[in-house]
Amino acid sequence: MTDIDPLLDPTGRIEPVRQAIVGGRSLWDDARARLFRNKAAVISMWILGVIVIIAVFGPMVWVNDYKEISDLRTIAPTIEGWHILGTDIQGRDLLARLMIGLRISLMVGVVATAVSLVIGVTWGATAGYLGGRIDNFMMRIVDVLYALPFIFFVILLLTVFERNIVLIFAAIGAIEWLTMARIVRGQTLAIKGKEFIEAARASGVSRRAIILRHILPNVIGPVAVYVTLTIPVVILAESFLSFLGLGVNEPLTSLGVLISEGAKTMGEKPWMLLAPALTMAVTLLCLNFIGDGLRDALDPKER
Amino acid sequence: MLSTESLPPLSSLQRALSRVPWAYTFRRLLIAVPTMLAIITMAFLMMRAAPGGPFDGERKLPAATEQAIAAKFGFDKPLHEQYFDYVGGVLQGDFGPSYKTLGKSVNQLIADGLPISLTIGSLAMLLGLGLGTLLGVFAGLRQNTAADFTVMGVAMAGISIPTFVTGPILILLLSLGAGIFAVGGLGEYPNIGMNWHNMTLPVVALALPQIAIISRLMRASIIETMRSNHIRTARSKGLSENQVIMRHALPAAMLPLISYAGPAMARVMTGSVVIEKIFGLPGLGSYFVSGALNRDYTLVMGAIIVYAGLIVLLNLVADVLYAVLDPKVKYD
Repeated sequence: MTDIDPLLDPTGRIEPVRQAIVGGRSLWDDARARLFRNKAAVISMWILGVIVIIAVFGPMVWVNDYKEISDLRTIAPTIEGWHILGTDIQGRDLLARLMIGLRISLMVGVVATAVSLVIGVTWGATAGYLGGRIDNFMMRIVDVLYALPFIFFVILLLTVFERNIVLIFAAIGAIEWLTMARIVRGQTLAIKGKEFIEAARASGVSRRAIILRHILPNVIGPVAVYVTLTIPVVILAESFLSFLGLGVNEPLTSLGVLISEGAKTMGEKPWMLLAPALTMAVTLLCLNFIGDGLRDALDPKER
Repeated sequence: MLSTESLPPLSSLQRALSRVPWAYTFRRLLIAVPTMLAIITMAFLMMRAAPGGPFDGERKLPAATEQAIAAKFGFDKPLHEQYFDYVGGVLQGDFGPSYKTLGKSVNQLIADGLPISLTIGSLAMLLGLGLGTLLGVFAGLRQNTAADFTVMGVAMAGISIPTFVTGPILILLLSLGAGIFAVGGLGEYPNIGMNWHNMTLPVVALALPQIAIISRLMRASIIETMRSNHIRTARSKGLSENQVIMRHALPAAMLPLISYAGPAMARVMTGSVVIEKIFGLPGLGSYFVSGALNRDYTLVMGAIIVYAGLIVLLNLVADVLYAVLDPKVKYD
């Protein structure tokens, strides 16, 4: 082992990992090495890093403002006035709006996934750990909720009540926790009965240490994979709602809103569709590749 | 095994029927009742809790008109009576009058819209299953080759690009550009109806994500199956590789598809809402969205109940089918 953490190593060199393989290696060193050998995942991480930086800092440094109507016409991409992606239907700079939209979409993705993570892990771990009748009852509830056409309820929720961004976070997060709960519960149940837990118990390891050192690391893997794969699903769900006219309110925007505006005018003004659609596709592709890479890396069967 | 040899051989249908877990099916049907009731109650309460009524407009209506409307739709009754009236009606198959489409009942609207949604939904599902299986098996049998990476790359793109992007692009290229298919709608009067000219693009756009998801699922499944013991046995018996794949690997590898089919149908129905909007098709999804935006409560309730009923039913069918086809599955 070297003292350089490859995940934190700003140069992104892989050498430390190679050395780690030669020396003693933990479950995580192993997984990390496998992840960094996956070219698609590594490239995706770099691109996603750039995308996140653009979403966070882009709107602060870009010359044009996303709310400001700089030209009354919709203009095609031009150097003039720095409208390098053109302007939207109301003459607002498209790049500025794209960056704000990206920020909102990523935010929805992360926050709604966090909501589903908290509910799902708590619910699933409780059911799996307690077992028996309580487990049965809790998972029956999940089964029943699974059968609900939730997205229709979300649509209903957003049409009958005042729309705001917090409601969107909560509503989407509330859909996605079900699978999370199932994964965590299944994993907890499976690990609880494993021989190595029994061995740990027999050799006198405390209950707290068993949960922290043996159960938790084995639950984190599938959960991490599912979290990475949930973020794109949530971003898609938000854009789906935006497309139906139920997304964030003006003058804020999201990738879904921009795409749906672009789709309306794609015949004459294709740039309005192209830029947000490409941005969204690239973002989701990166997230999916990272999620896939993580899954392959963390699956001990692959060894 | 020994005792069955003296009995007459069972036909494959009889064998399948004998594997249907009747008790489990019955129990699932019982659970479906409270599920549906919960759905109806949730939707009902949500809409009654909303500020503003369906008939509130820009202008204040005269008091007499308001009273007449309230009496006609039963708003003057207490909430629980309205609820029991509604549930009673639904149990008898009556979803009530539409609040916004004058002179039409919700039943009529559902009867108009459902066939369209079901047609594009089931065709898209068939296309997804067929093409997805084909591509997944193709890629899985060539694991880690250029062909595999190409198919999986395209599949990843199919998952990452939403239908409301692929839909407009398809229209732009094949309708406005090449002029092969209709831009949208169901044709001009008097030739209104579903045909390949106006249904191909919606079905393809709806199927694309399914093709992508199913091919990924199928690839993983066939790779795992090809490593299993019964394939080694089949090979060691001297079967040709084709026979091994077609008769031993494929049936086993396709089992996970069945358990995916239930949730997939739900996804397709959700996707259909967007597709119907893009292609201007008067399906149940369009009615649902316009109903939600117009506060046509009875229409929204009716649509949600129909959707939920379909999803519950399809999940049940998928689970039972799984038990029938997979000899390893046992429901207690």
